[in-house]
Amino acid sequence: MQVGVAAAPRDPALPARVALVAVGLLLLWPALELTEFDPRKLFEPSSLQVMGRFLGTFFPPALGQEFLGLVLRSALETLALATAGMALAVGLALPLALAVSDSLSISRIGPAPHAWLRRVLRAPLRFLLIVMRSIPEIVWALLFVRAVGLGPAAGVLAIAINYAGMLGKVYFEIFEAGDTRPARAILETGGGRLHAFFYGVLPVALPELVSYSVYRWECAIRASVVMGFVGAGGLGQQMELSMRMLEGGEVVTMLIVFFALVLLADAISALLRKVLT
Amino acid sequence: MTVGAFVWRPWAVLGGFALAAGASFAYLAADFGTLLGLESARQMAQFALGFVPPDTSPEFLGRALTGAAETLAISALGTLLAALAGAFLALPASGRWGRWLRAPARLVLNVLRSIPELVWAVFMVLAAGLGPFAGCLALAVHTAGVLGRLFAETLENTPPEPAAALRDAGSGATLAFFYGTLPVVMPQFTSYALYRWEYNIRMAAVLGFVGAGGLGQMLYVSLSVFKTHEAATLLIAMIAMVSVVDLLSAWLRRFLGRSGA
Repeated sequence: MQVGVAAAPRDPALPARVALVAVGLLLLWPALELTEFDPRKLFEPSSLQVMGRFLGTFFPPALGQEFLGLVLRSALETLALATAGMALAVGLALPLALAVSDSLSISRIGPAPHAWLRRVLRAPLRFLLIVMRSIPEIVWALLFVRAVGLGPAAGVLAIAINYAGMLGKVYFEIFEAGDTRPARAILETGGGRLHAFFYGVLPVALPELVSYSVYRWECAIRASVVMGFVGAGGLGQQMELSMRMLEGGEVVTMLIVFFALVLLADAISALLRKVLT
Repeated sequence: MTVGAFVWRPWAVLGGFALAAGASFAYLAADFGTLLGLESARQMAQFALGFVPPDTSPEFLGRALTGAAETLAISALGTLLAALAGAFLALPASGRWGRWLRAPARLVLNVLRSIPELVWAVFMVLAAGLGPFAGCLALAVHTAGVLGRLFAETLENTPPEPAAALRDAGSGATLAFFYGTLPVVMPQFTSYALYRWEYNIRMAAVLGFVGAGGLGQMLYVSLSVFKTHEAATLLIAMIAMVSVVDLLSAWLRRFLGRSGA
């Protein structure tokens, strides 16, 4: 081999890479400060002791008759909570989506009484939908726990509000994206808004509406497990209790039930959506 | 589908759902009649009015800003750690360290990924104490599972020729990876990590509910001590932060998309 090649730097890109990493670390410095980043905390004797005891209780999973009954009831509560929340969400989202949708607006096809007023009224409704969906469900849950107390009712309301915001937007988009001619025809021949909706829009949009709602129901189940951590009922609330009590075996059992629940919801949702298309 | 045919399937699903919803309300046995009634509506309105006006004292706005910065830092550092750990775990998970390590590595990634962030956060609060460090670790662990899987898939779909050429020319396996494979997968890795960072900013804002720092912890505390005006400010800060991130990332995507096209 020639001497020239051997003397060449082994890594031609090395300086650039080192510089990039250095700049990255410099930028990260404030983040390290803000997050109080300190891995030593993990190895302090006191926290090691707590974690050691907690991890020691992980095996075997808790399988007592009484406890399994409790977990089963909580899992059912999670299912019920998600389903009831979705029902309220759909009930809220449909009229909202209908109200903000242009394709059904009488004012668009010609002079209508108070056309400008209807347009003005649509703006705050759209804003309402944005607020409903941009506050995460768990924040709604925390707020409702303060308003109506601990338990599944707070979870149901949280899902209802947050998911109504999301469903409302998507329903609205489905209405707009679909073939609007049947609805227009009904409106132009003097039919009312509701007639146009039920006979012109719904038959076209229904499969997609239902399919999306089923998918959201699946998301609601995952979400309702997590919402329990702020006291909104279901499996999450039990899991949080067990973690606070450092009952590892119970946590493992509930995690397994949680996975089973999510898989079940996945399977049901996939099946229904296949049937729908 | 013939025109005019009655589409019964969606209606069947809807009917089934209505039954399930009825059963759910019955099972929960909560008194939804009173909950959705007038008296409760009045109470809710009163509760909501308690949040007005938001606390706008300069001192508290400063604290809210610090909280937002903390949330951003938690998400950024958590995602970065996750990307590093995910990239490391992706090597065995894509079968690069032998056939036998592939399945166990995938199992580890699946477990990390299927346990929700909030559960990890409770764990980490136990292990590292209250505060943003726990939130950062919780995000890192969960996201490592998500990114590790995505990275492993990217690695499996990468053309092997550049690395093979380097090895044929006598380079070692490590160098061949760094110069033959990594440059090819890096854009994909980065875009996955950035997408996940965006998601993690939302997550970091709520992890505080179990004591993992950031805006969430401040909101939880101020609601617990009934400082509703402070809570209103924090809620607005949360929405503002998420909206700004949304706008920025949409703008960035459009910008990158245009320059890439």
